[in-house]
Amino acid sequence: MRYLPKSPLDREEMLAEIGVASIDDLFSTIPAEFQLKRDLKIPRQHGESEILDRFREFAENNAVGYSSFLGAGVYRHYRPVIIDSLVQRGEFLTSYTPYQPEISQGTLQAMFEFQTMICELTGMEIANASMYDGSTGAAEAIMMAVRVTGRDGAVIARTVHPEYREVIATYAQHQEIPTVEVGYSADGRVDLSALDAAITKDTACVLIQSPNFFGTIEDVAAIAEIAHAKGALLIVSIAEAVSLGIVRPPAEADIVSLEAQSYGVAVGYGGPYCGVIACKEKFLRQMPGRLIGETKDKDGKRGFVLTLSTREQHIRREKATSNICTNQALVALMTTIFLSVYGKQGMKDLAEQNLAKAAYLQSVLGSSAGAKVLFDGAPRFHEFVLQTPKGAEETNTALLGDKIIGGLPLAKWYPELGPNASLWCATELTTKKQMDAAAAALAGKA
Amino acid sequence: MAVEKFVGTPKKATTHTNQNEDLMFEKSSPGKKAYRLAELDVPAVDSVALLGDSVRTDLGVMPELSEIEIIRHFTRLSTWNYAIDLGMYPLGSCTMKYNPRVNEAVARMEGIAEAHPYQPESLSQGCLGIMKTLSDALIEITGMDTITLQPAAGAHGEFTGILLVRAYHESKGNARKKILIPDSAHGTNPATAAVCGYEVANLKSNAQGMVDLDELERMVDEDTAALMLTNPSTIGVFESDIKKIADILHAKGALLYMDGANMNALVGKTRPGDFGVDVMHLNLHKTFSTPHGGGGPGSGPVACKKILEPFLPTPILVTKADGTLGLEYNRPQTVGRVRMFYGNFGMFVRALAYILANGPDGLRQTTEDAVLNANYIRAKLEGTFELPYKTRSLHEVVFSDKLQARNGVKTGDMGKRLIDYGFHAYTVSFPLVVNGAMMIEPTESESREELDLLIDALKQIAREAEENPELVQTAPHTTRLQRLDETTAARKPILRWKAPVAAEPVLVDTAAKEW
Repeated sequence: MRYLPKSPLDREEMLAEIGVASIDDLFSTIPAEFQLKRDLKIPRQHGESEILDRFREFAENNAVGYSSFLGAGVYRHYRPVIIDSLVQRGEFLTSYTPYQPEISQGTLQAMFEFQTMICELTGMEIANASMYDGSTGAAEAIMMAVRVTGRDGAVIARTVHPEYREVIATYAQHQEIPTVEVGYSADGRVDLSALDAAITKDTACVLIQSPNFFGTIEDVAAIAEIAHAKGALLIVSIAEAVSLGIVRPPAEADIVSLEAQSYGVAVGYGGPYCGVIACKEKFLRQMPGRLIGETKDKDGKRGFVLTLSTREQHIRREKATSNICTNQALVALMTTIFLSVYGKQGMKDLAEQNLAKAAYLQSVLGSSAGAKVLFDGAPRFHEFVLQTPKGAEETNTALLGDKIIGGLPLAKWYPELGPNASLWCATELTTKKQMDAAAAALAGKA
Repeated sequence: MAVEKFVGTPKKATTHTNQNEDLMFEKSSPGKKAYRLAELDVPAVDSVALLGDSVRTDLGVMPELSEIEIIRHFTRLSTWNYAIDLGMYPLGSCTMKYNPRVNEAVARMEGIAEAHPYQPESLSQGCLGIMKTLSDALIEITGMDTITLQPAAGAHGEFTGILLVRAYHESKGNARKKILIPDSAHGTNPATAAVCGYEVANLKSNAQGMVDLDELERMVDEDTAALMLTNPSTIGVFESDIKKIADILHAKGALLYMDGANMNALVGKTRPGDFGVDVMHLNLHKTFSTPHGGGGPGSGPVACKKILEPFLPTPILVTKADGTLGLEYNRPQTVGRVRMFYGNFGMFVRALAYILANGPDGLRQTTEDAVLNANYIRAKLEGTFELPYKTRSLHEVVFSDKLQARNGVKTGDMGKRLIDYGFHAYTVSFPLVVNGAMMIEPTESESREELDLLIDALKQIAREAEENPELVQTAPHTTRLQRLDETTAARKPILRWKAPVAAEPVLVDTAAKEW
């Protein structure tokens, strides 16, 4: 086996040094009745070229050569080549969690830079070194708000990503956190009067998403005012992090739960991605997950360490702020490199291109006969809900014939929008040619 | 007075030079760029007109750098990290094995990396095929009946597994109240039980560091939902009474949860499903070689017996009547979703590539070599360090600092000193059941030569602890930074960089800067 650095003689001599006759003697603590005396029934050993062939075959059975208008919490943005050059350096790829800071300063400094940029982008004072993803991050943010306020309920906007809401429901049930859902108004944004009515003295937090699941940008300041007036915290979930290049950060929020996949992480059939929680500094002690802090060594040189670990499970055990241990460090490094490539000016330019592409897509699809863009009026980033003359599923099936993957049908989660509504997305990678072709196909198929 | 850096000779390491590097924000200057967007092929828009009050005008301290500076920045930072690619990581419990590069290559194939989780099932048969092939292999390896790949990491797998336990008991009319957890367990176990709404009952280990059957019998009752057991335990020993443990639990209607963190000691040699485990998680980033990446991403599939199948998170991977694969959402008894989409898919790709590279013979040899390596270290170092538990070790061995502590040298000191010899520290002060624990897990990835270097280094450190304790107590001496002030870091946390406050403008004497 090519990954094993032993010769048969090595094994023989090592057994002799240990003082046993055979390798099976080392497994003698496993009762004989449970020792596996046969080969596992799994695929045989493959050569490297065979492994590549096998996965090429898998890859060919996926969508290849389609233009896609899917977004809905996962966004295809350009990934600068240097991201993979750098994250595949063995010193990053094959290092462990930086518990020994003297020989982990590379990861630690990069994560400190990550935390700094996340603070800057979200308008928060502190950020952790990543969570699993946006959905579990949002659930952890709610549990954090419950600890901070000593209250136990959460009010959640219906315009938060439906799968985030499903994950939150799973976490909330055993924490005994009652949740209430608040609908949206005609402009696709949180219904402010319903929100006001839903918050009680037991409400720990309000969770919204902006841009929301329909692509619309929420009035964060107004929502914060309503939440704060009743002593509840505001959590803002952001699923499309590229929007922060041009959309005002939710500085009025108390906690921001960000999914940073858009920052240079492949869509990769759903993961791994990069959640992160940022918040006001006063909530530091209730923050879940790892934190990197700046300090000095005994010669006074600047260095970085994992800090405030007394919040975490390996110290506090059942009293920890969360059970999270492993985070998404390497993915966070990808996002850090992405952000350093685009930087202060590029994040704005990139976001503006997304705005322009989506505006164009909206105009060509919306002007197609019988099609209509819903929730027109409120500001949006790069996604919108389109109502087609025929059912969304039927329309999409027809579009596949032209090698087009249409917008995501919404009836499953938003039956009130009817069967014809779907969520369309354009990013800087969506070309005019693709958008014109989709409009033409839609007109033809409609 | 300068301290001599070594008493003995470090055969593996010599001090090396690496370059200084400031934070990227300190290197930034206005107008530098590392990007060039594609030409915009649609009309430009007025963002202020489109977004109104929601428009952003400033991005604060976000850096402005060129591409070569970014390459050098991260390359220089990388040289400050230790890594498996540089040498052995004897971290017990963490399973720092080789991360094969073909795994990275297949995960980046276009049709795989570019697959959108909402693309139609008919156009996702490749991704679903990867999930199916991996699921089948993991079910066979664990001897369980079914599996979910959705959990994002080991602790997330524990969370999912205990939710299954809870749902099972609820379906019988009573969720029960407590989870039993041995005192040798990972901290994630009690934290998980708490997140799932259970009380934690601490199960004391016996004199051999194993589950005390009498104590277990006494503690298990109708309020006990499950025992969370790591097997082999955190002292690297197989629970030989595992069947009796399972029987005691099952007799009272409680379930056996196995923390699969140490599954790399069992693959191909025995199967948890055969010895009474009802539900367990796997860490793909431990046993199945996906990279740790400085702390993640992980992946924590949960395998279970038939009785827990109705409760698995949605969606479930199914083979449809026409032979194609699909995702099934209609599961009335499900615990719900634990993560959006289907889990850390990129890790499934890597783990499957690893399984294919090994096959049944390779996986068994891998387990055997891991156990061989740990026992070789044990045989060579027993006597130099105290071995608190004499039971046969599997994949890791736990010594204690008892002999060295007489000279004031603690496990943490020797771990730091190991860095000077060109290794990462072993796991320090864990498991908690061993005072001054030194937990060593070599994995199968180490050659005999690398093991001998580690053994030699630890013997020299033991000698230093006798002859020059201060040398060990103040280690490391050869790293770019000395021991860091963690107390101040926690007392006055600095968690982000801030631009220095602008001072009064001063006249710069440009002439003085000329060479």
